[in-house]
Amino acid sequence: MQTTAETTQEHGAIAVEQAHGHGDHPDHRLFGMGVFLFAEAMIFLGLFAAYLTFRSVAEVWPPAGTPERELLLPGINTIILISSSFVMNRGNQAIKQDDVKGMQFWFGLTAALGAIFLAGQGYEYYTNTFGLTDNLFTSTFYVLTGFHGLHVMFGLSLILLVLLRSRTPGHYSSTSHFGIEASELYWHFVDVVWIVLFLILYIL
Amino acid sequence: MSVSTLEPTQTPQPPQPKHPERHWKDFFGFSTDHKVIAIQYFVVSFVFYLIAGAMATSIRVELATPDADFLGYENYNGVLTLHGTMMIFLWIVPAGAAFANYLIPLMIGAKDMAFPVLNGLAFWLVPPGGALLLLSLLAETPPSAGWTSYPPLSLMTGQVGQMMWILAVLLLGTSSILGGVNFVTTILKMRIKEMGLYDMPLFCWAMLATSMLILISTPVLAGALILLSFDLLAGTAFFNPTGGGDPIVYQHMFWFYSHPAVYIMILPVFGLISDILPVHARKPIFGYKAIAYSSLAIAFLGNIVWAHHMFTSGTPGWLRMFFMAATMVIAVPTGIKIFSWVATIWGGKLRLNSAMLFAIGFVSMFLVGGLSGVMVASVPFDIHVHDTYFIVAHFHYVLFGGSVFGIYAGIYHWYPKMVGRMLDETWGKVHFALTFVGFNLCFFPMHILGLQGMPRRVVQYDPAFADINRICTIGSIILAVSTLPFLFNAVYCWFWGEKALPNPWNALTLEWQTSSPPIIENFEEEPVLWSGPYDYGIDSEPEEDTRSVADLLAEVKAEM
Repeated sequence: MQTTAETTQEHGAIAVEQAHGHGDHPDHRLFGMGVFLFAEAMIFLGLFAAYLTFRSVAEVWPPAGTPERELLLPGINTIILISSSFVMNRGNQAIKQDDVKGMQFWFGLTAALGAIFLAGQGYEYYTNTFGLTDNLFTSTFYVLTGFHGLHVMFGLSLILLVLLRSRTPGHYSSTSHFGIEASELYWHFVDVVWIVLFLILYIL
Repeated sequence: MSVSTLEPTQTPQPPQPKHPERHWKDFFGFSTDHKVIAIQYFVVSFVFYLIAGAMATSIRVELATPDADFLGYENYNGVLTLHGTMMIFLWIVPAGAAFANYLIPLMIGAKDMAFPVLNGLAFWLVPPGGALLLLSLLAETPPSAGWTSYPPLSLMTGQVGQMMWILAVLLLGTSSILGGVNFVTTILKMRIKEMGLYDMPLFCWAMLATSMLILISTPVLAGALILLSFDLLAGTAFFNPTGGGDPIVYQHMFWFYSHPAVYIMILPVFGLISDILPVHARKPIFGYKAIAYSSLAIAFLGNIVWAHHMFTSGTPGWLRMFFMAATMVIAVPTGIKIFSWVATIWGGKLRLNSAMLFAIGFVSMFLVGGLSGVMVASVPFDIHVHDTYFIVAHFHYVLFGGSVFGIYAGIYHWYPKMVGRMLDETWGKVHFALTFVGFNLCFFPMHILGLQGMPRRVVQYDPAFADINRICTIGSIILAVSTLPFLFNAVYCWFWGEKALPNPWNALTLEWQTSSPPIIENFEEEPVLWSGPYDYGIDSEPEEDTRSVADLLAEVKAEM
């Protein structure tokens, strides 16, 4: 019994408590968020697998008559989204130094980059010469990018919520900033999903 | 931790901490208390069990004669679809969540779940989902493509009903995922300090494996249903061959969830049984680690066998070989469990009460379903019996003989803890006898029907099958009647049953260390882990006590 009790300490509540310093109320929210994002990742994996299966069993891919995809705008969009993740991390670094102003600056910049990404995607949809129901490729294209776009929108709302809350003095500090860490984790997740999406939809 | 208990504390230095009383209204609103939520899950899922059970009985009455003369051609498919969907998503899955909600925090000595508000939210997705499914029966064309909703059939049987079905399953799936997040976090992070992973009751291990399965597979079903609804409403052709789509991709995505779903429905019950048998056999569990690890093994293997449902869907030969072998391998961890349970009760001092009868009934009935499972895992046999009543017999032995028997065992075992009153044993035994006889009479002959070639999902059949079908229908009526003694017992004893002591079964797990029913934050003081979960019949004093009775009495007197 002693040996098993010792091994628990590694993954038990105690470790979390020490890491976060929340007194006798260990905070499991970030862990729970990670578990939830795992489930989210499985939806995307399922959709990616469906797309790759369609692709692999088709004789010609994309199906005949699909217009050539433009790469420049989505490429720029990809760079914008990836860099926003690094920008956002500076915000997290700032709050760890109790620098609320700095956090607000970096998070504001992230929100702007996210909005540019969404606007770029909207512009791409608008200028595309193919529609949702044209063929199997165009359908998967719109459903996958659209589903991802919804997640970007949700991530953007999380960032704006953090910015709104940070106007209350003392809401976030170097010891208590779950909202900042959670929204950053979510944003990185959305970012990674986009990289895979970009690779299989545009490059492959 | 729970919001409902955050009442203003007026006295700064109370000599005895006063616990707020439970109010009956708590059960009818948004609660964050895991015990209230569990009871809500129990009641709601049982109501849907009765509804879906009534549907099952009407299906059997229809099939008592070869002609379509009771439900008729118009209603049969809709009733069949909703029977399957509701039994799975509104009875067995939420009943598992009910036990998990009630037992996990108590078993690990926590005050509540890790995320109480999320927990309440997850529950409150269930009633709308169920209402939506019931309402879909009233749609012009109710969902009639079976619980699998394979395209292109599901794209041809009417938009409104099918879309309501999809939305309902998405709601119930979301509820299940949110529950899974909560269970994983609670089990891994909220145990009392002394409790290591290997000191947990086996139900917690089972729920850990179940939750992992939920988190891996349910989202993929959501993905499939999102694509299906685009096909249904927006005119895309993901699964529609006429537009260049591929219905087989739906089957893959669907079974990637729905095969693990079998384990999502049976693993919690495995956990319940592992906790019930040692208590009533008064013996330690046989092979604690073997049972714990076999749950994880089943969860892993359960994820890589889905295409055995698709042997007749044009699956290439080499792929069939893989899925056949992988499926048969699942018999190993499952067999480990069965042998461990038998070894647990072997030579024990059995108390043959209702809980134990249902638990033993579970082991034997599940064994039948498991064996026919190995049979249908083999490709040649499966091609022969695919879509026949043999399959119907097989999965009812797993889901009714397995899950439902186990859920009843759990209810008889933990009812005293949840309600604070004992269930009546005589009525319990009547319930068991009727269920056992009705179940076997209803489903065992279906094996024969299937081997003789009767297809499933038909309203009208060859008169040659009529005799056996009549036996099945008689069994189903006995089965329907068998719920009455249970209902009567559960309702009557809720109010007038004999008061239950905190630990009526002399069990060792932590939930029995508090009052029955437990107070609002579970334990008066932090519970103490003074033994392993299953150390029954082990002498804590290894040395022979040589003192005489007179000496002992003298000692007792001295202490007084």
